[in-house]
Amino acid sequence: MESVLLTLAVTFYCVGTVGYLIFLVRDREGVHKASWSVLVAGALCHGAAIVLRSLEKGHLAVTTSPEALSFFAWFLVLAYLILSQRLRLRILGSFVSPLAAVFMFGSTLLPTRFIPSGSLFKSTWVVVHVAALFAANALFAVAFAAAIMYLLQERAIKQKRLGHLYARLPSLERLDRINHICLLIGFPLMTVGLLAGFLYASTVWKSPWNWDPKEIFALLTWLIYAVLLHERLAVGWRGRRAAWLAIFGFSAVLVTFLGVNLFLEGHHTIFVE
Amino acid sequence: MDIYLIGMNHKTAPVALRERLAQVCRLDQSPLEKVRQCRAVDELFYLSTCNRVEFLFTTSDGGRALEEVRELMFAHVGLPRPQLEAHTYVHHNLEAVRHLFRVASSLDSMVVGEPQILGQIKDAYREATRHKTVGVVLNRLLHKTFSVAKRVRTETNIGCHAVSISYAAVELARKIFGELKDKRVLLIGAGEMAELAAQHLLAQGVRDMVVVNRTLARAMDLAARFRASTAPFENLPETLLDVDIVVSSTGAVEPIVTYRDLKPRMRRRKNRPLFFIDIAVPRDIDPEVNRLDNVYLYDIDDLKGIVDLNLTERRQEAQKAEHIIESETFRFHQWLQTLDVVPTIIALRRKAEAIRQAELKKTFSQLPDLGEKERRAIAVLTDSILRKMLHDPIVFLKNKSTRESKRLFVDFTQQLFNLNEERGQSAPSLDSGEG
Repeated sequence: MESVLLTLAVTFYCVGTVGYLIFLVRDREGVHKASWSVLVAGALCHGAAIVLRSLEKGHLAVTTSPEALSFFAWFLVLAYLILSQRLRLRILGSFVSPLAAVFMFGSTLLPTRFIPSGSLFKSTWVVVHVAALFAANALFAVAFAAAIMYLLQERAIKQKRLGHLYARLPSLERLDRINHICLLIGFPLMTVGLLAGFLYASTVWKSPWNWDPKEIFALLTWLIYAVLLHERLAVGWRGRRAAWLAIFGFSAVLVTFLGVNLFLEGHHTIFVE
Repeated sequence: MDIYLIGMNHKTAPVALRERLAQVCRLDQSPLEKVRQCRAVDELFYLSTCNRVEFLFTTSDGGRALEEVRELMFAHVGLPRPQLEAHTYVHHNLEAVRHLFRVASSLDSMVVGEPQILGQIKDAYREATRHKTVGVVLNRLLHKTFSVAKRVRTETNIGCHAVSISYAAVELARKIFGELKDKRVLLIGAGEMAELAAQHLLAQGVRDMVVVNRTLARAMDLAARFRASTAPFENLPETLLDVDIVVSSTGAVEPIVTYRDLKPRMRRRKNRPLFFIDIAVPRDIDPEVNRLDNVYLYDIDDLKGIVDLNLTERRQEAQKAEHIIESETFRFHQWLQTLDVVPTIIALRRKAEAIRQAELKKTFSQLPDLGEKERRAIAVLTDSILRKMLHDPIVFLKNKSTRESKRLFVDFTQQLFNLNEERGQSAPSLDSGEG
């Protein structure tokens, strides 16, 4: 049942992505509606699959790399569905849905190793840690998409080559604002998530900081976003530089999130293999 | 009778001359005031926009009239003749008609499809009627021109994505800022294009506008029109701190905003985006500023470049428009052919009427004791004799009017009634209504 739901979700995301890519080229109301509905269907199937898996395991199903990635893709789609309604910015879908589809595909391709589930995962701190960080990462992914859109649009305007993309993309100010909002909400969430992680670590290993690669990279990522937020609020950074930093920040998120899981050994690996 | 059009536009004139044209179109003085100097010219229409100067006239002595109108044009533009002569074009009859139709339909515009030109032609026509320099032919031609332009606009999509330069500039502003309502616009210098851009921005919801001009009087004049405030010219760099969009079109030779002016101020602006629309030739804004982050600079050529992108899509529409213009030119030509007959008929009637009046006057002075009733009866009698007498020749002439042989009959009639001295004295007016 669960694997059927997951396959459905992947299919829906792919169809939605194709729909949104068509929407990028042709501004048709119908295309957007169809793609949006398909994404909603995908998110529902996906959510159901995650719930089933978690019930089966007795804890939140984010303990393997594929699970984590799939969970992340789900959050990303949810973030987009909510933001696109609030911000009335449909074209964002053309940039977010491919990202979600890629993550989803990745999660099916990654090797799964069996981990015995234990009481280690049954803490409120873990739930807070995971939920807050994943929400933050999803927002950063949206910021990343907005940053790419910003850079494309900015390039078109600066170089005075106003092609099709120029017509379809929203205004620079709007994209910059989305970037800003995602950062404003995402950064506190990330901070909360990391603090929860450290608190939990101190209960498990008696020390909040253990020089684990995951911890180091997480802190680096946090610092990048802290710098971006500071520059934005205090110095008035915006536009191109802020967009580049958002892209850089999200790359750091990916490294922390996936790279460390896959390539580096650390004690966090006992959670995510 | 021949129709001539002589002029120069953005295609034939180099940049230096275009600048001059832009100044010319702001002159208060109209060359129509000096139309009396052109003795060979019957009717005259004069159009001036910042991209073109056109003189349209009718004459029966083409060579002399052309020379006179050339003189008039060169004197009006105010540059030495050798400098101008190479850049002028002359169109004759059908060519002239077609050219005017194309101009009005915005096919000859710097920005094809831009809607302003028709209004400018209408204004010019109003000016010409005010100076009473247009008669039967040009009245008809101009009215035809308006309807052709309207046809082109409604039957083709040429004006649909229609994008005058100022419109393109406003679109860009929207792509940079999104909402324009809370944005502040700075207008440096004045000029047709700049004012149009300002109007477009106001139409898009901009509420806050500042005007800067070297002469305060001009600044106040503009400010009053756009409900804007004014700022001193010397303070320009500081004014840049709290505006978002700058429309510049001064006659300055050197850039008035430089990279060095702007760089430190962008930091003080907290990097809020700044959009320069530089309509001036030569440029007002140092092109280097486009290198600064969050600064966007578009000059007139850039805007033209954007608009040309749309043009390629509209090429097909332009062909449709050309077809409309061709057929309308042909129709006007047909009308024109009947026209040679019309002044002849008018002259014939006028001569008969003049004779009648003179004879009535003579008779009445010889018979002083005629009552009012009798006088009126005699007047009516003579009038109806004339009408009946002239009816057949007039019908004959009208019937010949579309034939190739008409010139022969027109000429014959004029000799028969000795009308030549009458013609050309004054242009017949539309009200004589034989068209």
